[in-house]
Amino acid sequence: MANTRDLRRRIRSVKGTQQITKAMKMVAAAKLRRAQVRILQARPYAQTLSRVLASLAERTEHTHPLLQQREGRHAWLIVITSDKGLCGSFNHNLLRYAAELLDSGRWESPEVVPIGKKAVDFFSKRGDPIVQAEREVMSNITAAEGRRIATSLIEGFSAGRADEIWVVYSRFLSLIRHETMLERVLPVEPPAGTQAPLPNVDYIYEPDPKTLLAELLPRQVEVQVQTALYDSSAAEHAARMTAMDAATKNANDMIDRLTLLYNRTRQAAITKELIEIVSGAQALEE
Amino acid sequence: MSGPLHLEVVTQSRRLLDLDVDEVQLPGTLGALGVLPGHTPLLTSLGIGELMYRTDHRESYLAIQWGFAEVLPDRVTVLAAVAETPEEIDVTEAEKEKEEAEAALKTVDMVELEKMRAKLQMAITRLQVARHRRA
Repeated sequence: MANTRDLRRRIRSVKGTQQITKAMKMVAAAKLRRAQVRILQARPYAQTLSRVLASLAERTEHTHPLLQQREGRHAWLIVITSDKGLCGSFNHNLLRYAAELLDSGRWESPEVVPIGKKAVDFFSKRGDPIVQAEREVMSNITAAEGRRIATSLIEGFSAGRADEIWVVYSRFLSLIRHETMLERVLPVEPPAGTQAPLPNVDYIYEPDPKTLLAELLPRQVEVQVQTALYDSSAAEHAARMTAMDAATKNANDMIDRLTLLYNRTRQAAITKELIEIVSGAQALEE
Repeated sequence: MSGPLHLEVVTQSRRLLDLDVDEVQLPGTLGALGVLPGHTPLLTSLGIGELMYRTDHRESYLAIQWGFAEVLPDRVTVLAAVAETPEEIDVTEAEKEKEEAEAALKTVDMVELEKMRAKLQMAITRLQVARHRRA
């Protein structure tokens, strides 16, 4: 039987762990709130851009290299995970999905662009060809970061190093739900024609539709990458929050169980001592 | 003249303006253009410069750097890479950038030339816009 001193020590240690998980949960909650604000703030730009692009794509027959479907099936797959762990099955599910996708033969000799430390480690261990690894992006996402990644994707696509670029990321739905998304980044899919407010009116274009398209399309890629990063980060914090909440609860249960065991052990020891004293006294009487 | 003109200015990280105005002036790449309610639909790219909007005879300004504007008869939507209100502009910072750009322009090669010109123009715009700061 465990002695009381060991039990006390274990209870103390579990309490310590619980304090850490509780703190991590609070930190994740704060970060989640910030990430959600970021998503909301970025939304108007993304929506307006895709509306403008849709109406432009509808009205002009001009095409652009970034819109063109190619014959080749050589693809880049961007996989966005977190830098840090301790967020439940968040990374695991996404990476498994991405790995299945790579093995499915959907693309010819696909290459990976892992974003987030977990993805980088996973794919270098698996031995997939890696185009560029982004390790420290997720801890501090900035607009400049998204722009830089988007620019290098566009370069790769334009130079013919990839015929298609896709992204796998987690879309934030709610505190307890996120969804694994697969989206094509390049060639740009013209946003589905939202009902334009004035369908019959011709726009004046300044300078001209072609130049405008050439400037709008890279923005669209940037926005798509940025949105994926923001969403992924919100989903990560939500997942961590849930995981840490569960851990805190588990620690509580464990403390309860250990306390019960501790009290029982203590009681048993006292009873044993009493029996010894009583039987000692009886022996003397006789 | 038809009804009011709805002006919306958004950047990648925030919605800066969302209000009804009487008139807007935009820094188009092919020159400044003024928009009144009932304007022909227009899609233009924007350069570096000031955006002016007027409500009830009061003029307000923003510093704009690159972007697009969609003009419809009853609304103007501006997507800017950078947009700043007069209150946000750091004047000393802008002045420093202006001097740096001016100095660099004298020595710089062809590749850097455009960049420096843009930097100079942005600094000048910011200083201009900052002058409209409300007391």
